[in-house]
Amino acid sequence: MNTPISSSDYIALLPELVLTVFGIAVMMLDAVMGKSSRKSLGLVSLVGTLAAIGAAVYQIQFQGRDAWFGLVRVDSFSIFFHILIPAIAAVCILASTEYLGKQEINSGEYYALILFGTVGMVLMSCAVELVLIFIALEISSISTYILAGYRRRTASSTESAVKYFLLGSFATAFFLYGVALLFGATGSTEIGRIAHQIADKIATHQPMTLVYAATALMLIGLGFKIASAPFHVWTPDVYEGAPAPVVALMSTGPKAAAFAVLLRILFSTFTVETPGWFWLVWVSAALSMTIGNFGALMQSNVKRMLAYSSIAHAGYLLVAFAASNEIGLTAAIFYTAAYATMNVGAFAVVSHFAGKGEQFTTVDDYAGLGKRSPLLAFTLTVFMLSLIGIPVTGGFFAKYYVFNAALHSTAPKMVALTVIGLINSAVASYYYLRLIVVMYMREQTTDRVPEPVSPAMGFALVVAAIATIYLGIAPGPVLDYAGKGAQNILPSTPQASMQSTPGQ
Amino acid sequence: MDGIILSLITFIPAAGAVLLMLTPRNDKVIRWLALGISLIAFVVSLHLPAHLESSQAAADGFKFSVDAPWIGAIHYHMGADGISMWLVLLTTLLVPLGVMISWNSIHGQVKEFFVLLLLLETAMIGVFLALDMFLFYVFWEATLIPMALLIGMYGHERRIYASVKFFLYTMVASVFMLAAIIYLYAHTGSFDYATIQAAVASGKIGGEALQWLFLGFFVAFAVKVPLFPLHTWLPDAHVEAPTAGSVLLAGVLLKMGTYGLLRFNVGLFPQQAAHNASWINVLAIIGIIYGALVALVQPNLKKLIAYSSVSHLGFVVLGIFTFTQAGTDGAVYQMLNHGISTGALFMLAGMIYERKHTYELEEYGGLATPMPVYATFFLLALLSSVGLPLLNGFVGEFLVLSGAFQYKAIYGVLAASGVVWSAAYLLWMYQRVFYGPIHHNENRSLADIGGRERVSLVPLVVLSLIMGLASPYWMNSIDPAVKTIVGRIQGASPATAAALQNK
Repeated sequence: MNTPISSSDYIALLPELVLTVFGIAVMMLDAVMGKSSRKSLGLVSLVGTLAAIGAAVYQIQFQGRDAWFGLVRVDSFSIFFHILIPAIAAVCILASTEYLGKQEINSGEYYALILFGTVGMVLMSCAVELVLIFIALEISSISTYILAGYRRRTASSTESAVKYFLLGSFATAFFLYGVALLFGATGSTEIGRIAHQIADKIATHQPMTLVYAATALMLIGLGFKIASAPFHVWTPDVYEGAPAPVVALMSTGPKAAAFAVLLRILFSTFTVETPGWFWLVWVSAALSMTIGNFGALMQSNVKRMLAYSSIAHAGYLLVAFAASNEIGLTAAIFYTAAYATMNVGAFAVVSHFAGKGEQFTTVDDYAGLGKRSPLLAFTLTVFMLSLIGIPVTGGFFAKYYVFNAALHSTAPKMVALTVIGLINSAVASYYYLRLIVVMYMREQTTDRVPEPVSPAMGFALVVAAIATIYLGIAPGPVLDYAGKGAQNILPSTPQASMQSTPGQ
Repeated sequence: MDGIILSLITFIPAAGAVLLMLTPRNDKVIRWLALGISLIAFVVSLHLPAHLESSQAAADGFKFSVDAPWIGAIHYHMGADGISMWLVLLTTLLVPLGVMISWNSIHGQVKEFFVLLLLLETAMIGVFLALDMFLFYVFWEATLIPMALLIGMYGHERRIYASVKFFLYTMVASVFMLAAIIYLYAHTGSFDYATIQAAVASGKIGGEALQWLFLGFFVAFAVKVPLFPLHTWLPDAHVEAPTAGSVLLAGVLLKMGTYGLLRFNVGLFPQQAAHNASWINVLAIIGIIYGALVALVQPNLKKLIAYSSVSHLGFVVLGIFTFTQAGTDGAVYQMLNHGISTGALFMLAGMIYERKHTYELEEYGGLATPMPVYATFFLLALLSSVGLPLLNGFVGEFLVLSGAFQYKAIYGVLAASGVVWSAAYLLWMYQRVFYGPIHHNENRSLADIGGRERVSLVPLVVLSLIMGLASPYWMNSIDPAVKTIVGRIQGASPATAAALQNK
């Protein structure tokens, strides 16, 4: 423990450091610069996220190292999320520049909060020690709590922030209890050591009650963050009230990070044969898919509909967890990327279309958009088709890999879960399709023409749409990298049930 | 050439669609471009029948094969045989005709219309050529969006309802096929058609699972055919669709269902096919008679043709599930016939709609006087659909019926009654529209069809005559392809084979 801190320790946290520096810089500049130059702050923070991606790419050559006394690990898994999450943040920042101007929100710390939140999220994906994970979780959560309340003039936004904050703190407390119990049971907070301890306990047939209780508590805490049923109740209200670009971020970034944590904890510490968490995940997956999709069917507000859809997608992702094989891990990692591209894109369209004060958020408002703004309508169609899971989009492959993992799995009742999932995705096609139908097949009811799409927003939309289609046509490279990440987080001795990555 | 010809045929329309997207919004230029692109695709596709004989077959028996790894175990694997080749040609023929028929009838968003039409063409061709299950599913689903948009954006009053219904029916059903495909992959490690076929034949997958897999595919295809009682989306979709949409829906999309039944349900699971044939054939016969009876009482021209499709496609399904050479040959031939005759009928219905904006039969009557050329074309298309000897429909129906008699005489008897019914409802419809006094004065001045319309009808009418007279030309390539499939089922199910021998 008394090894001195070396430069490789700093390299292990390079993306986090870059993001923090840029975040602080944005806050400083905000104080110095006049109110007119907010846009340049957006640009600074955009550069920050891109620099963080660069830093993560730079990390590739330093893979497989533990740093900071074994608190942080740089591996393919962490690098995957270190590229994905800043990329999400970059798209959100692009969408925000236009949004903030339109909503007359003049505060530079908005961008700083996005950057700090991103720090927390990326830290979650590389931390291998539970207390550090908890701190990272808090950093990301606190930023998003504040961001959710940014439309100060609207009651619903304040409601959203308060709700998110209260329930979120409650959930993180659960997570902390889980960490404490696990520490009590195993005498460590390091994921690697916990894994050894649990393996010993199983080998010597010691009681596992405390471990199970800890797992359940941690699943509750993370279940809240990923908005999986039955911990999803906050989602529609919070998404409805929060500013649309913030929803784009918080429905994808913290979720991806929480999934990363969940993957690390579940698969590094517990062997597949360990019972206990499997049925919790199974039931949560089935519930999330069903509640999410049937809830979305009833919504007339697009933001609420997408909120329920995000619950459903958390459910599909949990199916990959339940598969508990290497294919499932790969599928889950890939799914977070595919889901992020399409969902960020969808919310970017929503945030542009909503207009001043977010007045236009119902499905009917989108009537005739195909004629009024072909770019918005086309990109939103791509995202909707991807969310349905139509071929040649990332959403399709993500879903396919999940169900592929489920049917390859040796875990019990996976065929049943697959059938539940497939029926759900058929049900889901209805409400996504409704938006496409309204945009292209209905005549518009008002003479409103949405404001022209700003270059930044247009760029964000096109990038997200291209990424979505790219993941649908050539998912190979991303999938390979996800496969490498999956191997990283599995215990070093591969089990018999762990098969090769899909398609090889 | 053999290696890339299938990719060319498949992706020329898609490339054309991209070209159209980049073209400025000049309706005239866009129409001509769309026509040009679809004609190029047609001309290129003529390579297939010209070189089928001489082309070298791949190990799995398919010709013009192309097989390249795409993503892991998923391959870009396409190939043609005598069955899929003709369905591809049917597609490439009907699309340019669909472009011509939509020349003046699409108002607003013309560019999007032709882009969707060409994207649809790529997807349809891909469905018939894909030999990788995953690729097949991709193309299968890819037909869904353009067709739903064509109906929903350019259709008539209840277009949105029809479009959503069409989408949901197909989507829900094909999800089961996806499950079956993934299950097959999980247990055979491959998406390749021939590999899976061999794995199933070697008994690698348990009997009960096979039954579920069979049903998974069956539901997806039966909705598309559509087989009674899953047909209810069809009349809505047809009535509301724009003319080109109806032509391609009836002409090609329904064939995707029967093609799937033949290629996958029968081709992959011969034992299950034999096992389930009895109830499937009962459904097919119910479809034949029910479709005909409902068509008889339709007051709406397009609905009548739609229900006639239900009835005619019942013949195709019956032919496939007799597992006889004659029945299956006839089924394949009937797929082509139906595409041609019903395609022509929908085009004719669209022409009269452009003039009077209604499909209601009672709005017409005595049209033979003001529109003699139209009446002649209509009669030819109709007689082809009825199955008059010397025309193509007769060949197909005769073969299907002879197969049905071999399989079970009562099926043959019941199905034969469908032929009578179809003559009844079609001729009665013809009489109401074209003969008798003219009740509505405005009908006196209806313009007969013009040059563009005649040009778009001639190929279909001429083909139905040639295919009636020179059927051996088509049968020469269909027959061997059918033989491999029928041979497999007789090999897999000795009981069926014995039963057929005894007849």
